[in-house]
Amino acid sequence: MNILVCVKQVPDTTEIKINPETNTLIRDGVPSIVNPFDGYALEAAARIKDADPDTKIVVVSMGPEQAKSALKECLAIAADKAYLVTDRAFGGSDTLATSYILCNAVKKLEELEGPFDAIFCGKQAIDGDTAQVGPEMAEHMGLPQVTYGLEAVVDGGILKVTKEMEDGKSVIGVKMPCVVTFTKPAWDPRYPTIKRKMAANRAEIPNITAAELTTIDLAQAGLKGSPTKVKKTFVPQKKTGGVKIQEETNEDSAKKLFATLSAASII
Amino acid sequence: MEAKTKDLWVFIETNEDGSAKNVGLELLTPGRMMADKQGGKLVAVIIGSGVDPAVGAANSHGADQLLVVDSAEYASYTTDAYTSALCALVEKYGPTTILIGATNNGRDLGPRVSCRLKTGLTADCTALDIDEESGNVAWTRPAFGGNLMATILCPDHRPQMGTVRPGVFKKGNIAPGKAEIIKECIHVDAKDIRTQVLEIIRDMDSEKVDLEGAEIIVSGGRGVGGPEGFETHIKPLAAALGATVGASRAAVDSRWIAHSHQVGQTGKTVAPKVYIACGISGAIQHLAGMSGSDCIVAINKDPDAPIFDVADYGVVGNLFEVLPVLTEEIKKSRA
Repeated sequence: MNILVCVKQVPDTTEIKINPETNTLIRDGVPSIVNPFDGYALEAAARIKDADPDTKIVVVSMGPEQAKSALKECLAIAADKAYLVTDRAFGGSDTLATSYILCNAVKKLEELEGPFDAIFCGKQAIDGDTAQVGPEMAEHMGLPQVTYGLEAVVDGGILKVTKEMEDGKSVIGVKMPCVVTFTKPAWDPRYPTIKRKMAANRAEIPNITAAELTTIDLAQAGLKGSPTKVKKTFVPQKKTGGVKIQEETNEDSAKKLFATLSAASII
Repeated sequence: MEAKTKDLWVFIETNEDGSAKNVGLELLTPGRMMADKQGGKLVAVIIGSGVDPAVGAANSHGADQLLVVDSAEYASYTTDAYTSALCALVEKYGPTTILIGATNNGRDLGPRVSCRLKTGLTADCTALDIDEESGNVAWTRPAFGGNLMATILCPDHRPQMGTVRPGVFKKGNIAPGKAEIIKECIHVDAKDIRTQVLEIIRDMDSEKVDLEGAEIIVSGGRGVGGPEGFETHIKPLAAALGATVGASRAAVDSRWIAHSHQVGQTGKTVAPKVYIACGISGAIQHLAGMSGSDCIVAINKDPDAPIFDVADYGVVGNLFEVLPVLTEEIKKSRA
């Protein structure tokens, strides 16, 4: 098995604060992390490798040079090889343009690493939250897809993916090669070992730039290749005028809450 | 591609019994407003097998036209069959706008279709309007975990597409249907469907959590302290009110309660009549999933907890002492 895992370096959105004066995001000091859903995709690949040690796991990220720290983390956890797709021409890409660039990068990576049997992605990145790049990559490449994967096992030429549904789970058989996007499983992803961490720190991560993507049409990349445009951004509004209850004792507060809610016919 | 009409389409996702999922019917509400502003028809697109119940529901919720693809190969959702069918319809009729519910299947289908049509798709929208300047759809959605809202346009490509979060819009009133019903036969070869459903494991009834349909939700967060806090304090209050139990990500991540209870950016979006948040600090990700509730009650011992910024009624206090008294009072009043 040859598995490609796509990862994104994202700001830890649980650490983001809003500057109350300017109503803008404070990004300074917010740690950059491997998008957690991409971590679940890597873990799913690592579990396939646990069952079949001949498996090779390649990770790729698109982003600036600093995204290499995310790739090194993936190398430390489970990946065998890592590549960074990076070029100014790719900046400002929406999901359609991003998936188009990644599709072309996959063609290049297949020249270097051989054809991939499966491409794993996180369900969505926690900064953009679109969940679109995985399915759009699959469409650009003409591959079948399974989204909301929890776990994947290989059975002959078929990948059996356990998929999360709104009211349960299903098991989907999909022909390889395919694209699978992963959501949060019931288990925690593995941690890197010290030995792997040290090796990852020394690893060379090659850059893949636009010039090396011989199949790409740059008119479909970056800002100009993006059909969607951001018109404006703003901070969600707060509600005002709520009633606050804080009596002498918690019991009194509870009774007052009950009386208030009853009087307003809320309960 | 060029739009051939000014029509707005709402994709009505169906259940396996042929009924419509709520979100599709919900989207007919903003769909009506937008179709009127765009000067085109409101069209409900229904793909499935044995979908008469969904056809009836879409008709009585105000669609002007129904496009129906009803055939055995669509009995259960597959990416390949549904993408082919929806793209074939778009190529034939050329709508200017398509709304899709942001369910698991909707978010599987949307990007596949938009990519095939080489157009823009805005994910998981929570507000919709027509941009007055340009006449394009203004798609508004949360980003950065709900910390920031962004309004997106798709100015030069058609159809302009978006997935819209369930529970954000309310279904309209039922009226006698007047829609023109057009049946389309679109066949997909079995060999072109590259995935196969091997097994379905439905949640047991006891595990089913209908947060989206709940009128009252009692939710617990980190302040509940552990799984026993849900048993001894949250569930009794929920039982007294006939409410559904919800939870914050902190409680779910700590494995105090199942993910199916989670409300927020990575859980369910809910809009009940009453939302009672107990021991929930109100991280923006949580607020993103419940701030549309009609009435929000918060109980938290930290007076500065952000949950109080959205609460209509806030009790500053220890939930372990507040909730039993509140539960007793409610029981007494209903005895």
